Amino acid sequence: MTQLSAQDINVWFGQRHVLKDVNLLFPEREVTALIGPSGCGKSTFIRTLNRMHELIPSAGLGGKVLLDGVDIYEPSVDPVGVRLRVGMVFQKPNPFPTMSIKDNVLSGLKLASRKHADPNGLVETSLRRASMWNEVKDRLGDPALSLSGGQQQRLCIARSLAMDPDVLLMDEPCSALDPGSTRRIEETILELKEEMTIVIVTHNMQQAQRVSSQTAFFLAEDGNPGQVVEFGSTDQVFNQPVDLRTNDYVNGHFG
Amino acid sequence: MAETQPAPIERRSLRAKPFSKADRAFFKSATWAANSSIVLVSLIFIFLMWRSWPAFESQGVDYIFGSTWDNNPENLVMQIGPMLWGSILVSTIGVVLAVPMAISLAYFIVFMANDRFGKIATVMVDLLAALPSVVLGLWGLLIFSPVAAGWAEMIYQGLGFIPIFDNSSGNFLRSPFIAGWVVAVMIVPIIASVTREIFSQLDRDLISASLALGAGRWSTFRRVILPTSGGGIVGGVLLGLGRALGETVAIFFVLNLVFEVNWFNILEDQGGSVASMILAKFGEAGQDEVAGLMAAGVVLFVVTLFVNMIASFIVAKAQPWRK
Repeated sequence: MTQLSAQDINVWFGQRHVLKDVNLLFPEREVTALIGPSGCGKSTFIRTLNRMHELIPSAGLGGKVLLDGVDIYEPSVDPVGVRLRVGMVFQKPNPFPTMSIKDNVLSGLKLASRKHADPNGLVETSLRRASMWNEVKDRLGDPALSLSGGQQQRLCIARSLAMDPDVLLMDEPCSALDPGSTRRIEETILELKEEMTIVIVTHNMQQAQRVSSQTAFFLAEDGNPGQVVEFGSTDQVFNQPVDLRTNDYVNGHFG
Repeated sequence: MAETQPAPIERRSLRAKPFSKADRAFFKSATWAANSSIVLVSLIFIFLMWRSWPAFESQGVDYIFGSTWDNNPENLVMQIGPMLWGSILVSTIGVVLAVPMAISLAYFIVFMANDRFGKIATVMVDLLAALPSVVLGLWGLLIFSPVAAGWAEMIYQGLGFIPIFDNSSGNFLRSPFIAGWVVAVMIVPIIASVTREIFSQLDRDLISASLALGAGRWSTFRRVILPTSGGGIVGGVLLGLGRALGETVAIFFVLNLVFEVNWFNILEDQGGSVASMILAKFGEAGQDEVAGLMAAGVVLFVVTLFVNMIASFIVAKAQPWRK
């Protein structure tokens, strides 16, 4: 049972307050979509869930992220342990360019200096879960960059899955892909949610409706920090939004 | 009826000639500068070959491999073996010392320092690169040598049983070890600024991906950052090596030039350097001996050219994924 929740999350970059009082609960084995116009703080928020802001010296955080009841920002918590449980797929496909397809799948093990009893089996399972095994099984030694953009993105998903995370964060995983690749990744998401909790940032309203069971609408108005305007079941947010701004956004009136 | 051939399509140039006065002047000066650099290098090489030919002719292969230099005009013997090997030895020590320092420095500036401190450190490193080598030589002689001699003595006492750290004279000054340190100080900024440039162009997403997979800073550095930027760093190292091979004055201040090959006893107070030797002997050389020194210049020129060629080859080959 994995519980992930965000409590009163605030984020600052330098003096700029970019995210205010975000409270979200991510139920186990469900897909939560984060939607909203560009610059509303969705990506900033999703990166707080596995401590990815560590590379930005000026970033500051308020509030808590609870993973199974433990605040992942407690000084006693090793961020490496958090990231092993909370995997991430990025907006642009970013396989490691110097590694082969196979080595990319196993890169997490190598990077975290872990051993696996059956690495070849792990490669196959992970690539199957990312539904790309049949496409690449005969050329596992090829450079990762020989794959198409959509395949590269699925390779990145397989790379995360190899570490067997409890939560998978996806930051606009399809924004750089063609419709066919997008559809295949959506199918993968629907299969994966049987096993893990998924949080996905997306600009695509249809995508949010196809894959998610609950949706949070983020908005940053007139230079104010981003906030969650509405949070509820995907069906409710899209079909019976309570807030007028949500209604305008999901019906394409702005953003 | 014979079919008529379609008329061939006229192939037109896509380049416009320069129309404005400014364009014409600019094109002319760019062309002139490019050509003159080629002509200049060729002329220098021809001049060196012409002036040094008598030395190559009279000394033969031994010029490179022999170990004697006797400037008795009756029986002039000129052989630069120990100097050539010395240049290679000192440069190698310099590179071995400089590479870890330079890479750590670049990593710190790009990935650890905040903006302001990073900028200050960058300027400082570039200033170090701009120090005239005679200044570094004086620093090496007056301030650094006594300190480094102390380190050398410590190394000898602890590890003297290993042949490369042996010392028979008891004098720890003016050794290849110290010259290598001085050279390292000169080339750290070169390697560091190339490496810094490469690190800063690295796709930050790759580093994020690595961290997101549960990697620590060290394993991200070793398994993602280094392999991805390796070729560029090698290029920077070879650039530094080229500088080290040609270094003259600074080494002259801190190294005993001895015409007897010191293969690897880096703490011994004897070593060699082609460029420093030319400097040391030029003032008192007769005409025939000058030819011998010119020949040393040719050898140095060829070695440096070779290193630079390898450098550009490696840099070009190293990153096939960057189109």
